[in-house]
Amino acid sequence: MSPDTMTLASFLPALPEIILAIGILVLLLVGAVAGQRATALVTGLAVVTIVISGVVLVLSPASGVAFSGSFILDGFARLMKLLALIGSAVAIIVSVGFLRAQKIDSFEYPVLILIATLGMLLMISANDLIAAYIGIELHSLALYVLTAFSRKSVRSTEAGLKYFVLGALASGMLLYGASLIYGFTGQVTFSGIAAALHGEAPSVGLVFGLVFLIVGLAFKVSAVPFHMWTPDVYEGSPTAVTAFLAGAPKLAAMALFIRAIVVPFAPITHDWQQVIVFISIASMVLGAFAAIGQQNIKRMMAYSAIGHMGYALVGLAAGTATGVQGTILYMLIYMVMAIGTFVAILAMKRQGVMVEGINDLAGLAKTHPLMAFMLAMLLFSLAGIPPLAGFFAKFYVFIAAVQAGLYALAVIGVLASVVGAYYYLRIVKIMYFDDPAPKLDPVAPELGAVLGLSGIFMIVFVVIAGPIGSAAELAAKTLF
Amino acid sequence: MTGWPILSTVTFLPLVGALILLVLPGEGYSARRNVFYVSLWTTTLTFILSIFIWTNFDPKEAGFQLVEKAPWLSSGFASYTVGVDGISMLFVILTTFLMPLCVIASKLTVQKHFKEYMIAFLVLETLMIGVFTALDIVLFYVYFEGGLIPMFLIIGIWGGPRRVYASFKFFLYTLAGSVLMLIAIMAMYWEAGTTDIPTLLNHSFPASMQTWLWIAFFASFAVKMPMWPVHTWLPDAHVEAPTAGSVILAAILLKMGGYGFLRFSIPMFPIASHDLAPFIFALSVIAIVYTSLVALMQEDMKKLIAYSSVAHMGFVTMGVFAANVQGVQGGLFQMISHGIISGALFLCVGVVYDRMHTREIAAYGGLVNRMPLYAVAFLIFTMGNVGLPGTSGFIGEFLTLTGAFRINTWVAFIATSGVILSACYALWLYRRMIFGALEKPSLAGMFDLSRRELVLLVPLAALAIFFGFHPGPIMDVTAASVDQLVANYNAALSAAGKLAAIAP
Repeated sequence: MSPDTMTLASFLPALPEIILAIGILVLLLVGAVAGQRATALVTGLAVVTIVISGVVLVLSPASGVAFSGSFILDGFARLMKLLALIGSAVAIIVSVGFLRAQKIDSFEYPVLILIATLGMLLMISANDLIAAYIGIELHSLALYVLTAFSRKSVRSTEAGLKYFVLGALASGMLLYGASLIYGFTGQVTFSGIAAALHGEAPSVGLVFGLVFLIVGLAFKVSAVPFHMWTPDVYEGSPTAVTAFLAGAPKLAAMALFIRAIVVPFAPITHDWQQVIVFISIASMVLGAFAAIGQQNIKRMMAYSAIGHMGYALVGLAAGTATGVQGTILYMLIYMVMAIGTFVAILAMKRQGVMVEGINDLAGLAKTHPLMAFMLAMLLFSLAGIPPLAGFFAKFYVFIAAVQAGLYALAVIGVLASVVGAYYYLRIVKIMYFDDPAPKLDPVAPELGAVLGLSGIFMIVFVVIAGPIGSAAELAAKTLF
Repeated sequence: MTGWPILSTVTFLPLVGALILLVLPGEGYSARRNVFYVSLWTTTLTFILSIFIWTNFDPKEAGFQLVEKAPWLSSGFASYTVGVDGISMLFVILTTFLMPLCVIASKLTVQKHFKEYMIAFLVLETLMIGVFTALDIVLFYVYFEGGLIPMFLIIGIWGGPRRVYASFKFFLYTLAGSVLMLIAIMAMYWEAGTTDIPTLLNHSFPASMQTWLWIAFFASFAVKMPMWPVHTWLPDAHVEAPTAGSVILAAILLKMGGYGFLRFSIPMFPIASHDLAPFIFALSVIAIVYTSLVALMQEDMKKLIAYSSVAHMGFVTMGVFAANVQGVQGGLFQMISHGIISGALFLCVGVVYDRMHTREIAAYGGLVNRMPLYAVAFLIFTMGNVGLPGTSGFIGEFLTLTGAFRINTWVAFIATSGVILSACYALWLYRRMIFGALEKPSLAGMFDLSRRELVLLVPLAALAIFFGFHPGPIMDVTAASVDQLVANYNAALSAAGKLAAIAP
């Protein structure tokens, strides 16, 4: 759409984002005027804003571009945005009790999550390198602040600082890569780059740019070898923030990863495929082995996240519509698993004090049978055991890898999943086979509801896999 | 009954029972009784319904029967397709037949969390029946692997002192074996364009690909079977599992390996099966001789029976990969017969374990003086385990040996010596436990089989003897499917120019 036809209607595809942006400004104003008394109100309105934005997203036209082609709404973007909005809304809801108990509840928290969410939506819809960068920065800056949100805690501030420094480095690399790509193709839009690359061998400079771009994106999804920040940030952040961090932002970053690699660089698939295969294998293997020795459950989940990003990248490595479908499904299922597991961690409280040791779950099956059962389903699902949802996630990405002939990747991946199964089973063992530790506090109703829903989702996915799989397939096809 | 989805009903009825249990209260005496009766009625009803599968089954038809189809996953692959043929039908019946017995056996032995135990068992039953009825390879895998979760919990929560070690070993061994099969399944999908088993059976895979696929499937089934040298999880799992868990493990779960070989490896990869048959024969005879010797030296009754299971599964793999009618039918018969006999043996061990709380063979001796009925029952199953003519154990061993003899006399020769060894360990066990004077004071208070225990053991003993004299019912239903399997196998080999090597 050229600038001269820019009318009000041309902004329509971005309406959900515009609603979020207005919501952020209004809520910030409310908070600034009313002070901390308005925390509950702002939190509630933040969820309402996300819901409205989601409804508008569902009702908005199926596809379109805005801002001179920088912003694209297609089937892929719609699905991923919807999931990201759900993830953010749930993250706000489950954080309320935690923040209040930690005495760090303030109106900035939901606003920061909204800002991060807006960044995520922009990342998902980014259709050129500049929009992608703006989305990433908007989203990341909010996350840095959230990570350090418990500002009196040394661990939290350290995590925030670490995340910021490493994140800034990765942003720099991404920007450098973007400028090299622009320099060698003369294009910033994804479709323009694809057209420029069509039919000729890529220059060395462009490949450098591509690699730098991948580095920046790999950092965002915490894939090896750019994963170093993940365990410290996961462990140090307030648990409610980690619960947010592990869900929607990963999904949005992976969505951008897919679009920024698959669309512009389709003509030179061969050049990036080996890079993705490498980081995928490294992530799966490191995630599996490094998690074994962990005693802190948040840290363990960080390594688990690294491993799972490796699996999600298997689908991208295939570079086909089937592969992208697999990655979409993987991120969908992983987001539910991660949120569910972190909600269980949020419920780990003894006499009002949060506990994070894996051994604190000992004998949970006897003291909290329902919570133990749901968490066990999530853990078996994370391990990828059928008939739970996690199996289908792995199934869809590996079937794409086999189709693309990446047998080594597939075999290493499934073997790493066996190693991974060990540490998930270890938690099940601690919950079910060991003698009870002192009883945990009763689970708050909103946490119980989210945990229950995610556990049930794991179980019933086998029945509803058909329609969800078709939705992901349709979304994936829009990129090809 | 035509038109009624009988297979799905039988498969998912236990799941319905598990859901009913879920809403029942679990603790307290009357709650326990309710849980028991719900489980018993569910499994009994499932068994009765599964009889209709047998009566509706046409033994002359070699292909799949009672087929049901429904869409499942999206992209035109992995549909919900179920059906049975002569190879799978009897395993379904065996599963449904043993489950009520397991429920009864668990009533006394399982003290804590009875409700949860029964839920795990009923879920496991659904998954086991599903494995044998699935006609879609992805569906098969889901059932095949899904069984790990309930079994892991059964061993880990209700098992013996080393239950944690045993449950982990069981889970990780079988998972590691199976994931490679998953990759092979995907490769088969992209090669053949379908995951439908009947279609895949008619697809001929390129010879080079067959070898890789065969190895991947072998990794899974060999662990499940289990074959030497990947059998080491089995004794641990058996020893630590509660009685009913051991019964299911020995009688049903082990059969999934043999079933897998018959359903996938032989008919889908005939060339690779033929090329690698010597390798299987070697592993089989090693299993038969070596694990029999190991069984001889065991101090623990359950471990002894577990090792003897490995040896008996050696006969199965030997017969199946002989790939002639005698061998395959013998292998099938041996699996059914072993399901009855080893299940019964574990129940027998459970009987004395409940009284004495030890499985040490040395702790017993002279039981015949106090427990004559038990001595008779144990004798029948010991003889069945040895393969005495007149018990079902004989038919299976004899047929597999005949089948192997036609292919390779040396294999048959060494395997036959395993029969002698099995007599050694089984009879020695019997002598040490049952015969002699009753000297140990702790045994003086032993009482004979209760009514409940008789209900468990009499039907199994009757079947073991009935099929020993009259194997016809089993042979008749399997014959058509086995004939077709062997004919297709030979046709595939002659097409590849390899038949001359194995012509009788």
